[in-house]
Amino acid sequence: MSTHTFNVNGKKVSVECDDSVRLLWVLRDLLGIYGPKYGCGLQVCKACTSHLNGKKFNPCAVPVSDVGPGDEITTIEGLAGSVDKDLHPMQQAWLENDVAQCGYCQPGQIMAAVALVQETKEQGRDITDEDLDQIRNICRCGTYHRIRDAIRAGAANM
Amino acid sequence: MPAHRRASAYESDRKEGHPREVGRRRFLGYLIAAPTLAVAAGGAWELLKPDDARAALPSPPQLSDAYDLGDLQNEAALPTAYLIKIVINEDCTASFAMPRAEVGQGITTTVAMMIAEELDLPLDKVNVSLADARPELLLNQLTGGSNSVRSLYIPVRTAAALARQQLLLAASKQLNVPVEQLTTAAGNITGPTGQALSYGSLAVPAASSTLTSTSVVLKPASKFTLLGTAQNRIDALDIVTGRKRFAMDLDAVPNAKPTMVARPPTINGRPKKVNNLAEVLALPGVTDVAMITYGVAIRAETFGQCIDAIRTIDVSWAGGTVDGESDDTVEKKLKAAQLPLAVPNLGTNSVDTEITFAFASNSPLEPDCAVADIKGRKGEIWSSLKVPIAAKEDIEAKLGMAPGSITVHVTQGGGSFGRHLFHDVALEAAEASKKMGKPVKLSWTRTDDFRQGRTHPMCVARVRATYALGNVVSYEQRHTSVRTDFTHGLGEVLTATAAKSPLVGNYSFAQSIFLLSQSSPYNFGVTTQLLNEVDLGFNTGSMRNIYSPNTVTAEELVVDELANRMGQDAVDFRKAFLKEKRLEAVLEKAADEGEWGRSLPDGVFQGIALHAEYRGAICTLVELDCRPETVNRKIKDAVTGPRVTRATVVVDVGLALNPRGLEAQMIGGFNDGLALALTSSLHIKDGIPLEGSWDNYFYTRQWNTPPDMKVVIMPPTTGEPGGAGELAVAPSMAAVACAYARSIGKIPTCFPINHGELSFDPYPLEPSSPQSPTDGLTNPL
Repeated sequence: MSTHTFNVNGKKVSVECDDSVRLLWVLRDLLGIYGPKYGCGLQVCKACTSHLNGKKFNPCAVPVSDVGPGDEITTIEGLAGSVDKDLHPMQQAWLENDVAQCGYCQPGQIMAAVALVQETKEQGRDITDEDLDQIRNICRCGTYHRIRDAIRAGAANM
Repeated sequence: MPAHRRASAYESDRKEGHPREVGRRRFLGYLIAAPTLAVAAGGAWELLKPDDARAALPSPPQLSDAYDLGDLQNEAALPTAYLIKIVINEDCTASFAMPRAEVGQGITTTVAMMIAEELDLPLDKVNVSLADARPELLLNQLTGGSNSVRSLYIPVRTAAALARQQLLLAASKQLNVPVEQLTTAAGNITGPTGQALSYGSLAVPAASSTLTSTSVVLKPASKFTLLGTAQNRIDALDIVTGRKRFAMDLDAVPNAKPTMVARPPTINGRPKKVNNLAEVLALPGVTDVAMITYGVAIRAETFGQCIDAIRTIDVSWAGGTVDGESDDTVEKKLKAAQLPLAVPNLGTNSVDTEITFAFASNSPLEPDCAVADIKGRKGEIWSSLKVPIAAKEDIEAKLGMAPGSITVHVTQGGGSFGRHLFHDVALEAAEASKKMGKPVKLSWTRTDDFRQGRTHPMCVARVRATYALGNVVSYEQRHTSVRTDFTHGLGEVLTATAAKSPLVGNYSFAQSIFLLSQSSPYNFGVTTQLLNEVDLGFNTGSMRNIYSPNTVTAEELVVDELANRMGQDAVDFRKAFLKEKRLEAVLEKAADEGEWGRSLPDGVFQGIALHAEYRGAICTLVELDCRPETVNRKIKDAVTGPRVTRATVVVDVGLALNPRGLEAQMIGGFNDGLALALTSSLHIKDGIPLEGSWDNYFYTRQWNTPPDMKVVIMPPTTGEPGGAGELAVAPSMAAVACAYARSIGKIPTCFPINHGELSFDPYPLEPSSPQSPTDGLTNPL
């Protein structure tokens, strides 16, 4: 048992737990941040997708000891705040396209979408069908088509 | 029986081809004694005359045309429809605790629209929550069979219309103006000189101090301003901000700590002994260990520590219920149990086919999860449950607790696809909480969901169609399936008991469901479709669209083959033999919108299929790219293969209440059908599925889904909303199967088409769940 200090959604947090506890459980079970979802715990379904220092990652596959005081985790709860708005443009696009069905995968989908747009912007190019085909996040309700539309719409406003 | 009379009220309209209008008759309701205005709907049947009695039901197999599964559910729900209550609040909102589950299908949004429409209240002023298990509702608290809209359409609107009527009466008194001179809009009542009263200000004056029966006229569909328009989900903002709470996100009970279960290496194996209890209890974070029926529950500070403990615990297991079974042994038993075909094989004038459909998983993305707090003689449970009354009664009985001692709350579900018809996880949570004497939040692991969870059973479709002189003379279909578990009955202990009893039994219940849901849409002469089941001890249950994806796929493949043999175009052939005008209309529209017969590159094939169920008609047309550069795409830990590049779904649900929600169900249903045809199945080996996670169970992913997808919603036809949640699965699977059959020049003998090869390395069976990776930063997938 040791103390782990890092930042989540703009706030500094400290938790007492074993080094090996994966960040997903630190966020959910110890800090009560429920946006990142448990769908497999194997870095496969991507329902827990969040950002670490602006890059997407899966907290189910990262021990808490891998982060420290200089690290900033952004979950879906902190996404809008990261752009100083009530809603991030990608969340707005999700609403306008009525993307969600059950909603369980959607926090992860939105965080993955934002990361994808940032990556393609850094490469100085637009999103292609091939980019969308590479997204691994599972939507068991099968709303993939609206996810694709919303990512393109959200990208236009980012 | 009441519902028979109810249905007949529309017969004359129907025969003349007029839309079914339900607006002009009066519907009974009740004013309920409450502090603010509270109203409830009565059964529509109470007002019908005895001479409405309808003629005898037609015989199978056309049974489901006249009286389908939804009608059975509606009839079962009618006597208690008046217990469905809407409350008007002083803050100008209306509240409704809906006795149905929301699992993503959007029923809360559609029902809120019904209430807003009849009340003339803005949609965002309607709060729809999920009701606790209410045993007094008897058969009226089951979410399934795509029946929620169909069963709630009249009762909910009646209650809302009654509330509006009572608000008008109260306003009339206060303003001293006759009701006829008052108008309602946007939650306000306005008098002739512009005086206005809000619903909120009338909530108390309009309240009743006694239970009073009264009647009301519903708004005709022609006057709808909200129903029939495209609306976004009412929970969308909560979803995109991460605020929507599922069972695993609840803080309802302090100290309901994470709990998971170490499980046996075979389905339904049982624990005999924990060999290293002290070692497990000494692990970091672990608080409790308890043997439950099908495993050993471990409670800890975090779910991660539960997984650590599952990796450490050493349990001696007793065998399971299907230890000797594998795919091939099950298939052999099914083929041996087929009911005989009556018409002999006429050689060149017969299409004879036999198709095996592999086991499939109805696991949603949210693993099964429940919070339970069982203390002494009382208990409380939270879980996504589609049949909460059955859950409550069964858990009380299994825990040896008195009826009424457990309160069951229904949480928002992260998908269901049939999974939440059963309450396996709620029962386990209750068992664990009782044994530990502490509250628990029990989640299955992903691996549990696939290996021990409910499945859509393997089945074999045997079809023989004979033809002569340009006509199809006979069509026989024998559906032989591993038993589908319907022991939840129609939602409460009475029918659940019947489904479990040796006299009525699951088999006759399954037969009823089969006959009420299946009917051939074609005039193929002598037509028989029969079910036989083999009970092998698997954990099964209804999966989205139950039998239809398999039966319709088999039928449509044979239809294509018949058309081919008789030298006709697949669309023209279907048109010539279809029974229903609505099916003809969706077929023509799909062929037009999806450009049937257009020129495509070599290696790209079209497939088209039809289906009628839940009082709806639907046609799917796909283009399947089978070119090597597509089929052989390499994506890590994925199944690629042929890809649907374009999909057109044309649907007629009678009356689309929320076209946007309906479109969502079509998109989702399509992707389910696509997965069943091409990629997703369970491989059973030595008593357990090999699949342990999503990159083993290949549900449709972005690299499989069609980049071009179009849903067309037909204008209203029947004037009444049909069911939508499951409708798209069968025709989509069938259309993809038909396109694939065209690509290989014959009817495949097994679905999904990739089932013959294992495309992943199975996780070990022991320990029962794999450890989470630790290299997420250095080696992200």
